[in-house]
Amino acid sequence: MGRKLAFGWLAAAAAALSLTVAASAARAQETPPLPHQQWSFDGVFGTYDIAALQRGFQVYKQICSACHPVKHLFFRDLAALDYTPDQIKALAASYKCTAGPNDQGQMYERPCLPSDPIPGPFPNDEAAKAANGGALPPDLSMVVKAREGGPDYVFAILNGFVPAPAGFHVVQGKYYNEYFPGHNISMPPPLSDGAVTFADGTKATVPQMAHDVVTFLSWAAEPNLDTRHRIGARVFLFLIVGVGIFYAAKRKIWAAVH
Amino acid sequence: MADQRPGAGTRIIRWIDHRLPFFAMMNHELYEYPTPRNLNYWWNFGSLAGFMLLVMIVTGIFLAMQYTPSASLAFDSVERIMRDVNYGWLIRYAHANGASMFFAIVYIHIFRGLYYGSYKAPRELLWILGVIILVLMIATAFMGYVLPWGQMSYWAATVITSLFSAIPVIGQSIVTFLWGGFTVGDPTLHRFYALHYLLPFIILAVVLLHLIALHRFGSNNPLGIDMKGQQDSIPFHPYYTIKDLFGLTVFLLIYAFFVFYAPNFLGNPDNYIPANPMQTPNHIVPEWYLLPYYAILRSITFSIFGIPAKLLGVLASFGSLFLLLIVPWLDSSPVRSSRFRPIYKWVFWLLVIDVLALGWVGANPPQGIVVTVGQIATFYYYLHFLILLPLLGKIERPHPLPASIAAAVLPGGSGMAAPASLRKS
Ligand code: HEC
Ligand code: HEM
Repeated sequence: MGRKLAFGWLAAAAAALSLTVAASAARAQETPPLPHQQWSFDGVFGTYDIAALQRGFQVYKQICSACHPVKHLFFRDLAALDYTPDQIKALAASYKCTAGPNDQGQMYERPCLPSDPIPGPFPNDEAAKAANGGALPPDLSMVVKAREGGPDYVFAILNGFVPAPAGFHVVQGKYYNEYFPGHNISMPPPLSDGAVTFADGTKATVPQMAHDVVTFLSWAAEPNLDTRHRIGARVFLFLIVGVGIFYAAKRKIWAAVH
Repeated sequence: MADQRPGAGTRIIRWIDHRLPFFAMMNHELYEYPTPRNLNYWWNFGSLAGFMLLVMIVTGIFLAMQYTPSASLAFDSVERIMRDVNYGWLIRYAHANGASMFFAIVYIHIFRGLYYGSYKAPRELLWILGVIILVLMIATAFMGYVLPWGQMSYWAATVITSLFSAIPVIGQSIVTFLWGGFTVGDPTLHRFYALHYLLPFIILAVVLLHLIALHRFGSNNPLGIDMKGQQDSIPFHPYYTIKDLFGLTVFLLIYAFFVFYAPNFLGNPDNYIPANPMQTPNHIVPEWYLLPYYAILRSITFSIFGIPAKLLGVLASFGSLFLLLIVPWLDSSPVRSSRFRPIYKWVFWLLVIDVLALGWVGANPPQGIVVTVGQIATFYYYLHFLILLPLLGKIERPHPLPASIAAAVLPGGSGMAAPASLRKS
């Protein structure tokens, strides 16, 4: 946030300009600047690309869900990905959810329902850490909004597993990642070419899978973006007409006093 | 055959007015209320601030219907508002960005006052009430920011409440008292929520006093001279109602841009990570509207006369705000408007730059050049109010004031032509 805020203030305080440039250059030495990707949901008229969402969900389900939960998503939410109620019901039923207590006072397992949250891979954070060398794989349903750089950052992380530069010490059990702060990340490179097979024939390269899963995670973090953009456009039209009308009225009323 | 009696509505209004002169009062304060004819668009920001206060209260009440103020549920309840409550995202984004808009408006409103000398006699109490509103807004926004219980909520609360530990002897006890425990936790969140709900209504009450004080002498104006008669004023309605409405719509475009197209631009991504007492974020930064105070706080890195740096920082930071209370007595110039003050006019803009620089300092980690800039800017802030304001009135030679508002703004209209230099804007 520092950089973004600094930028806003700076637009006005020209005197400090050179200082920020110096400061962000210093920070850039740690991790390179994030390459900007094209996202269907960018910009004022942006919307989520449904095909990408479905592919992204597939990547999440087949790969990331081994370690990461999507805590804030319910099966019913997947209707936004154009799945039919029957598909969602069948998908939910393929997971086990804990319910109860029953009339014997026992908790029991049953197939999940569309109204259930999507279960994560681990019963609690401690179990997740124990299985990942002490590092907690964070909840992915908020991660795009919870990182500076948003989708570009998550995309960069997924593509950032490059060989460590000579002399860089990669901690035992960690992996070198160009874009992760400090470069030592506890996540093994999750994607490899052809790791999933897309039903629509899209070629499953690492950048393709990363792009799709980030689209899915962006939707998971901000499921109302489409509606927001749509309503926003109407509000803008309404307000622009309002500005015109009130400006004309103001001119007319004030004509007498000027 | 026309009925000559007044309509039923009019009769009802008369009946009420006879017993409770509400409509007479509104008529007096809005319709007959004389307003200088030459107010520029900087005078729109008062009504905009009032509008934003109402927006904050309305959106806040709707949020409160769904929000749960407990440490284990707060974060998730806000996410539920965002995802499952009908138009919950709209209400929350309107509230979160509304706070930013509210502060932007109020800061412009305050700088307007500083530029046109609106704090000078007889408007000192009006100004002081304004500063009290600002202090209450800061408290309200700070506690509101804690409510979503993200990482920045938690750590901002910890940093700011810990400031009170700088008070000698009883400091630590005060902090424990504020927290309701030995760390920021559930009791802290509960009390902040109660106060966050309460304070806006206290602000509303102070705003009413602010308006009563305003209507006693009416608005100041860009010339800074008093209204001397009918030719200087126009009724508030319809002239300023329509101008305020026009300004409001333009403002709403900006507000809507943030709410619909950049709702998280002014926020901090860390606040979408649930509060974690075991993990301190890399940079703890407050919201943009508190950055200058934060910069002053961190700029005092040395102790003076054995007073520890931390305490000095707290005093300097709070002092920068409370200093505004005595501005009417610090400024020794009898001339209100900067338009007639050749030196102060420039000094004013230096203060604006100074405050922006402080904002930049507050946003960046306190290392190297940032610290130096912060110290110079803090020093200059105090220099401006404590030295320059009292001194300038003594040494500056103001331009001659026009005879009246009408004389200055109506070209030849009232017999007396204004000097050309006064006619621009
Ligand atoms: C083998 C387990 C595992 C798999 C599979 C996995 N991750 Fe991770 N991931 C982790 C761990 C562990 C961390 C924590 C890394 C750290 O803090 O060093 C992590 C961290 C992350 C982060 C956060 C980085 C940050 O800035 O804190 C993102 C984003 C992420 N993973 C995305 C993904 C995505 C997308 C997938 C699927 C394509 C995926 N992960 C698959 C284990 C995994
Ligand atoms: C002066 C007016 C007000 C200001 C400046 C203000 C400011 C804020 C801020 C900055 C937040 C954090 C927003 C976020 O990042 O999520 C917040 C949250 C909240 N406020 Fe207010 N607020 C005001 C009035 C009110 C009122 C009157 C109420 C209730 C009646 C209220 C209820 C809430 C609730 C429930 C939240 C938590 C939900 C959330 O974080 O979105 N606010 N407020």
